Amino acid sequence: MPDATALNNSSPSGVPHRRDLLQIGMGAMAVCYAGALGYPVYRYLATPAARSRLEGEISSVAIPQKNLPDAGTATMFLFGSRPAMLIHHEDGTWVAFDAVCTHLGCTVGFEPQKHRIFCPCHGGTYDMNTGAVVAGPPPRGLTAFHVEVTDGHVIVSGA
Amino acid sequence: MATSSFPERDAQGRVCTARGGVCRWSDERLGLSELIALARHKRVPQHKHSFWYYWGGISLLFFIIQMFTGILLLVYYRPGKEAFESVRQITYDVDFGWLIRSAHSWSANLMVFAVFVHLFSVFFMKAYRKPREFGWWSGLMLLGLVMLFGFSGYLLPMDQLSYFATKVGLQIPSMIPGLSGLVNDLVRGGPQVGEATVQRFFALHAVILPLLFIPLLGFHLYLVQRHGNAVPPGEAVRPESERRSIPFFPNFLAQDLAMWLIALNVVTILATLYPWDLGKMADPLSPAPVGIHPEWYFMSQFQLLKVVGAWIPGFEGEAAGMTLFGAVTVFLAIIPLFDPDSAFGKRARLTSWLGALILGGMIVLTVWGYAAL
Repeated sequence: MPDATALNNSSPSGVPHRRDLLQIGMGAMAVCYAGALGYPVYRYLATPAARSRLEGEISSVAIPQKNLPDAGTATMFLFGSRPAMLIHHEDGTWVAFDAVCTHLGCTVGFEPQKHRIFCPCHGGTYDMNTGAVVAGPPPRGLTAFHVEVTDGHVIVSGA
Repeated sequence: MATSSFPERDAQGRVCTARGGVCRWSDERLGLSELIALARHKRVPQHKHSFWYYWGGISLLFFIIQMFTGILLLVYYRPGKEAFESVRQITYDVDFGWLIRSAHSWSANLMVFAVFVHLFSVFFMKAYRKPREFGWWSGLMLLGLVMLFGFSGYLLPMDQLSYFATKVGLQIPSMIPGLSGLVNDLVRGGPQVGEATVQRFFALHAVILPLLFIPLLGFHLYLVQRHGNAVPPGEAVRPESERRSIPFFPNFLAQDLAMWLIALNVVTILATLYPWDLGKMADPLSPAPVGIHPEWYFMSQFQLLKVVGAWIPGFEGEAAGMTLFGAVTVFLAIIPLFDPDSAFGKRARLTSWLGALILGGMIVLTVWGYAAL
């Protein structure tokens, strides 16, 4: 019986043993099977994630007049699949931010009395005009969107 | 990767020859060597009927595929009001959803087929005899659960076919005096098949039946392990020296796995080339689809009721049909007690004839049922 303790163990002539070839072939086939079974299962399970990635690939959102916030308040909307916030300041200016806290992903809220955007989860505090971090653990500020006020509605587009 | 096909044992009988290493480390803690020694000790008889030994294993593979694809379907399936819509999404919207659903349906049908082949091969090899009676009985109970799996799973898409199939299927036990109220209150959840029915059929299909099936299957497999493969009477009369056998591990296991690979290929080819259809959403107000008929594994019972019903009209016909069907079930259940001997006695021959009659009857009724559609 040939000594077949290692894969690359070849016969004296340098030709691999038949058993080694068979085992390489079997291994390759097993990998093919695992791939052929695993790929559809992965795609099946990942469908909602793939769909929301597609939804996320938008460049702007139009917010109709009836949904616009009064001065001194904010309204929440979805920019693709991500929560976002449109603030109408007392002075009549408009700003919009990605409303996902950069710390651990909670949705932040506008607190007009305290003049801040606040995340209740771990106390992250952001500037209500620029989205920059004021206090707390967030590593960076909220992404600001470009806001365009047109006749009757507001268009928010990616920065 | 180890290239030796079977681990050699050292002087202590251990399978791990390398000093130290992961193999030795786990072996000392888990006793793998003992398991392998046990498996190596086990032998599988070899004779002209050995082919039938594979069918229990094939049934097991289909069950594993059912669990795997069933769990995947659970990810998107919503019972109750949205049942049809969620199956529509699985079939048409979710990537490869059609394939998973199709594999689940095909594998279900193939599993029923494999279980029937297993049942009749065990029957004709007389493998229900002492000491394997409990193996036979647990197998019959598993068959009953498989049929319930099929019946309850069939409703879940809530399309026209599944709706009417369930309606008719539940009408039959309702005709047994005293059972009507029970079926209404507990099984159907009301006078009509609807949201309440699909919700409880889902609980039955995905929770209750697996909870019953898996331990019973474990018991069944334990008995197979304990008693080994039965040798058919024709083989058992030969002298010990003329009988051949092969080790279970790795020889028979390798053959078993080869059969699994073939069965897996059959499921994937059928599921890919003949994806399972989804009909129109169930609508109680539209007439039942023309040519509606049960799945093939309920066809012989369906045709039996139809034939007996034409012969004896009304409730008596249904009752006669069901009695005949019940008699077959009782016959199968008591067979180990009726035919307990290991030789070719009178009873053994009678049993084989009756078994052939049942199998022949089922095939004829099934073919007849399809021809009469």
